[in-house]
Amino acid sequence: MRNVKRRSAKALLLSAMLLALAGTAFAAPDEAQIERGHKVYDKWCFPCHGTGLGKPGTDSLKARGVNPAVLEERTDLSAAVIKLSVRHGVLFMPMFRKTEVSDADLDAITAYLMRNNKK
Amino acid sequence: MNLPPGISEKDFSAAIEEWQDALGKDWVLTADADVALYRDAYSPVWNEPEEPIPSAAVAPDGVEQVQAVVRIANRYKVPLWTISTGKNLGYGGSAPLLGGSVILDLKRMDRVLEVNEKNHYALVEPGVSYFDLYRYIQERKLKVWIDPPDPGWGSPIGNSLERGGGYTPMHDHYDAVCGMEVVLPNGELMRTGMGALPAAKTWQQYKYGFGPYVQGMFSQSSLGIVTKMGVWLLPEPEAYVAGTVMCWKRDDLIPMMEAFANLVNSGTLRTTTTIASPLWFGLPDKELDPLRVSGAVKEMEEYGARKKIPYWTIPLPFYGPAKVVAAQWEHAKQKFSSIPGVTFEDGPSYRFPLSAQDLAKIRDTVPLGIPSLQIFSVISILGQQSEGHLGFSPIIPMTGEALLEALTLFDQVHRELGSGGGAFPVLSSFPRSLVIIYLLPVTRDVEKNRRTREVYRRLIKEAAARGWGEYRTHTTFMNDISDTYSFNDHALRRFHETVKDALDPNGILSPGKCGIWPRRMRKAQA
Repeated sequence: MRNVKRRSAKALLLSAMLLALAGTAFAAPDEAQIERGHKVYDKWCFPCHGTGLGKPGTDSLKARGVNPAVLEERTDLSAAVIKLSVRHGVLFMPMFRKTEVSDADLDAITAYLMRNNKK
Repeated sequence: MNLPPGISEKDFSAAIEEWQDALGKDWVLTADADVALYRDAYSPVWNEPEEPIPSAAVAPDGVEQVQAVVRIANRYKVPLWTISTGKNLGYGGSAPLLGGSVILDLKRMDRVLEVNEKNHYALVEPGVSYFDLYRYIQERKLKVWIDPPDPGWGSPIGNSLERGGGYTPMHDHYDAVCGMEVVLPNGELMRTGMGALPAAKTWQQYKYGFGPYVQGMFSQSSLGIVTKMGVWLLPEPEAYVAGTVMCWKRDDLIPMMEAFANLVNSGTLRTTTTIASPLWFGLPDKELDPLRVSGAVKEMEEYGARKKIPYWTIPLPFYGPAKVVAAQWEHAKQKFSSIPGVTFEDGPSYRFPLSAQDLAKIRDTVPLGIPSLQIFSVISILGQQSEGHLGFSPIIPMTGEALLEALTLFDQVHRELGSGGGAFPVLSSFPRSLVIIYLLPVTRDVEKNRRTREVYRRLIKEAAARGWGEYRTHTTFMNDISDTYSFNDHALRRFHETVKDALDPNGILSPGKCGIWPRRMRKAQA
């Protein structure tokens, strides 16, 4: 009995570890990517597109009737639109170079801004 | 591939290969899509044949790599155009003046090397933005302020070298520079001021060093690449008090500017400010607009008195100990009090540090040393729909007479050429002089941009005829402005060319910057 119990405990531990590993392999990278995207967004996008007073990107989208005007609250942005905006600019928003926002950073921003999109 | 002028494809490919060896392939950008990111987003010649498109970009991550880039450029005589954060929008952004130049992009060199809280200075690399430096200081809870210019995405190095300005007592950015490390056109490394002492202890504390003072040769210049720079910071003040002086007649500007000059030049007012005329250049108004056009001063004054719209307003901000700033504002009011009908408005006033709650209520945090991009909200509200702007910014004497003459003239030019963009001048001050800043809209429409350039060139000419010159300009107009600084058959430009040829015989650093061309390109530009 004791052996069986021990074996079951071991099996439980093993399956827990496997689950954790599975989490690392499949779910965690998305979270990590979103977290990285959040950081990059805060550095490069928030000063213009954030909440609060004096955010020209938000003010400009609001003036054009876009709702919500804060990009982080949107659930309909596509990767193509985000990437095009960053690399080509929109109105007085200039394009951003790869020394500023790398392709990997841009993927992360995209993951962050699309995190609440309906799957 | 877009080649640098006069460079063979073989030589250019060889240079690219050598840069790849020195920097790694990832940081030598040659693909069209990558190079296109270096176009000037606010270019007044967008998509026209004369738009200067670079040939490639190189992005070193340290001083040795910058030296390597420069030595390779010399070997093949490839022109480089240096940028720090590349956010000099309105003045050329990240694009070169000479099409085909290779962009030397220093954005990856973004280390804050030191912030000294006790003696109030910082040592930074070129890729450090005002946002970066502010974040660094906040994360360490240091009691020092930076002085950001209006948009905070530029760099202390780039903005100071271009002689930009902010709003706090450290607003004259070039004046706050102390000590530089420079890669010279031959690739050699030099430090200015006290930094020339190998064991320097006061590189960021004493500007002048020993012998001729050469730091100025690297501002608005093509004589070296600044890889480190000291910048003085402001000890966090105890308080801020501001008030606004309002006058109601056109000619009140003359005694107003006398009082203002006294406050600035005595050091009582240590900041820049924005002189405005809500009546003359304020928001559109059906009844007022025809009077503005016809120049009916008396009627405008009557309208202003009736509707409580002042002819002139000057906000005066004071920073320092609470008792001192309160006394300074009282003293300022006395200085203006002899002007008939003058009125004053108190506020706002703050004690530092501000709570997050108080801070959230302030739209423009830039005068409080907190970088932001809010100026673009203002521009988008004031201007037409545009992709960008240009700044026309002549320096004029700090007198009411000069200001009235300049505003009348520039307003007339704008009206003649049908440009509405100039109707909203911003006037701010350095000690003993004023700078007028007109923002002209830049679009993606070739015809509109052509007209804007026409207005701009006419403004340059009219200003120069009256002895007013621009303090800074977009790359498109650098030759035009340089042409106006022509005393004694262009003695100053010839001096610059002599220095340029001596230090940079191959003419590889930023050819054409501020109208200074290396010998081998001068004929083509003449």
